[in-house]
Amino acid sequence: MKLLTHNMLTSHVKGVVKGYPLVIKATEVKVNELEFNAQFVSRMIPKLEWSALIQAAEWLGQSQDLPSTLIPNYEKDEDFLRKVHRILLEVEVIEGCLQCPESGREFPISKGVPNMLLDEGE
Amino acid sequence: MESSMDSLKSVRRSKEEKKLLRRQIKTSHTLLKHEGINTVSQPTKHLVVSNGGLGNGVSRESLLQVLKEGGTVESLLTPPAKPYAFVTYSSIEACQNAYTFLNGRALQCQEEQSVTLYFSYVEKVDSDRSVPCALPPGLLVLEDFVSPEEEVQLLHAVDWTPHTDDVTVQKALKHRRVKHYGYEFRYDNNNVDKDKPLPDGLPAECDALLQRCLADGHISVLPDQLTVNQYQSGQGIPPHVDTHSPFEDTILSLSLGAKTVMDFKHPDGRSVAVVLPERSLIVMKGESRYLWTHGITPRKFDVVPVLEAGGSGVMTSDLSNLTLSRRGTRISLTFRKIRHTPCNCAYPSACDSQRLPPPPTVPVAEGDACRLESQYVHQVYEEISSHFSSTRHSPWPQVRDFLLSLPPGSVLADIGCGNGKYLGINPEVMSVGCDRSANLVQICIERGHEGFVSDALSVPLRSGSCDACISIAVIHHFSTQERRQAAVRELIRLLKVGGRALIYVWAMEQEYNNQKSKYLKERTTGTSMENGKELKTEENKSNQPEKHDRKMSSDIKCTEDGFGNVTQPRIHVHTNRTAFLSQDLLVPWHLKGNADKNKGATSSSTDVPVDNTSQSPVFHRYYHVFQQGELEEMCLSVAGVKVLRSYHDQGNWCAELEKTHYISSKDDIAQEKV
Repeated sequence: MKLLTHNMLTSHVKGVVKGYPLVIKATEVKVNELEFNAQFVSRMIPKLEWSALIQAAEWLGQSQDLPSTLIPNYEKDEDFLRKVHRILLEVEVIEGCLQCPESGREFPISKGVPNMLLDEGE
Repeated sequence: MESSMDSLKSVRRSKEEKKLLRRQIKTSHTLLKHEGINTVSQPTKHLVVSNGGLGNGVSRESLLQVLKEGGTVESLLTPPAKPYAFVTYSSIEACQNAYTFLNGRALQCQEEQSVTLYFSYVEKVDSDRSVPCALPPGLLVLEDFVSPEEEVQLLHAVDWTPHTDDVTVQKALKHRRVKHYGYEFRYDNNNVDKDKPLPDGLPAECDALLQRCLADGHISVLPDQLTVNQYQSGQGIPPHVDTHSPFEDTILSLSLGAKTVMDFKHPDGRSVAVVLPERSLIVMKGESRYLWTHGITPRKFDVVPVLEAGGSGVMTSDLSNLTLSRRGTRISLTFRKIRHTPCNCAYPSACDSQRLPPPPTVPVAEGDACRLESQYVHQVYEEISSHFSSTRHSPWPQVRDFLLSLPPGSVLADIGCGNGKYLGINPEVMSVGCDRSANLVQICIERGHEGFVSDALSVPLRSGSCDACISIAVIHHFSTQERRQAAVRELIRLLKVGGRALIYVWAMEQEYNNQKSKYLKERTTGTSMENGKELKTEENKSNQPEKHDRKMSSDIKCTEDGFGNVTQPRIHVHTNRTAFLSQDLLVPWHLKGNADKNKGATSSSTDVPVDNTSQSPVFHRYYHVFQQGELEEMCLSVAGVKVLRSYHDQGNWCAELEKTHYISSKDDIAQEKV
């Protein structure tokens, strides 16, 4: 699971009001080098919940001094975009779990796949 | 030359001739339509003789007698069970002669009936018209297994005089008399009461022949159940497989008195007629015992090889050698060994120990729907995931066009992504997929895509986080209208305002604008295609769960349970590559890849190679196929949506939607309550 995906994921446990972001408890993290595409990254940034991305990167020890609020004119800042590229697309959680911040429900991540299935009536 | 008398005669004659000609034309049409036999108007040496076949009671000998009046007969082919024969004359002239003089000839046949023969020329006679057939795998016919003296002893051992104290073991069935030893075979449930053995075991007279079977290696343990059947001429037994659960593999059956012909049928339609001479023993094992039905057609005459002198075996492929034989009274002794553990044969489709549960009913309550989908969708995809994935590679063109139309930097969610074949189509788009099947999502991840396991009714993605969503061949797996609608609502929730969704569901209408879908066409063309490439492999399988299927399909309508309550219709099993007969159905998936699974079981009982593919496991997936207009109507009932376009694409109904405005979760809840 890349942090881009984590950024979109939210808890869907019944009755939970604030289920975002899901807490990452990783036991295995991998960094896969990927070709940097400045345009793609800058196009992604407005789609993100910035603070949740920074929070996730911190949980994995990958924050790379990225600011907790989004900087203006980031499109032109290649160094910034490269850092975002890294935490967004290169860092992957292989094993661990995602935890709903409100209910505490944990969703396992195994072989890179979060299992977000709920039990009946959950 | 013509006198007035002659012309009068010819007018009168022409009336009959016209009638004859009409009949002749009609029969030649029938031959072409039902048998693929092409008749010609130009004289040849060969004629097809309609109504002159073994199948309508004409014996070879009586037909030959008539045919000889035309000239020298070179050959006569009498295919079994067909109402026609082929005759070849020594010359075209002789043939013409026969054609002219014998057409319309009445012929006395068996059972004191008369038939009218009609002749038509054929270009040639296919000498290999008959299907070459071997004995069913696992079947042995041992001729002269008992001597005439032993036969007399055995017949004497069966006491047919009724006793007041054993009314249960001897019965006059509708079509034959039976008597049981060892255990009673119950015809009400086709089973035996294993804990109620009959007081006396098998007659001592049987010992010698059973010991011979043991010594010859036909059996490894002595049978403990015997059923004696007495068939009068004209009596028979319907085709059946001896129930698996009460009896072990090997079944022995001894024919005494008169010979008969036993018909063996494979579920795929193959049929082999086997001559059982008097005093012969058949040994049924493996496939012939577990999968093929056997039966005796009630009739007074059998088709048998002319020259066989008490010979056994398959109805030969030599059609110039078949005729009718009058049946006498036959007594069969069937020896079986009671089974004490459930049958685990390699033929589950015919096995009562491995019987499928009864088909589900169309659910109404949410709980029933969940259970149905869990068993007939989620579990199935989990089990077939790898084979399923191997059949899913080429994207549907119109889905690809949709994906390529998305602006760069769009966020796309593929809800029900399967093996992720759409996730990499547009590299300018951030794509994430989810599926109910963990195995399928694992395949996506291994291919470098992003994915997670989730149910399409509750997707753990932020509301309004997606520019586009696709739901390809997913929503038809939900089993109630409410759940299908909820799946669309969930899809729309994920979209931002202005975002687009593309939905594909399987269509009830597989023929649209006079065009058959690839799914139907596949039946004849045999080329591979996307929406069920697996079906190509399904097609060449036997229709093994045939009986089961038929039972289900007769059950489509709602029925009353006898207390005035209307019960929900059963969901019937669809026959692959055919039109859909109902909207809710189970579609079989024949799992490939473990064809070797049953090898041991079959090779132990026979040396004949067995088509193992017909025993591959079958899974049933639930589908609700959509009728024209149903998808649009359903989408429009979801708030905040407009349908941009809807279309039919290769047997699917498709809709492209746009989210027009944001619906608060409060509205969502209000909607759910409605």
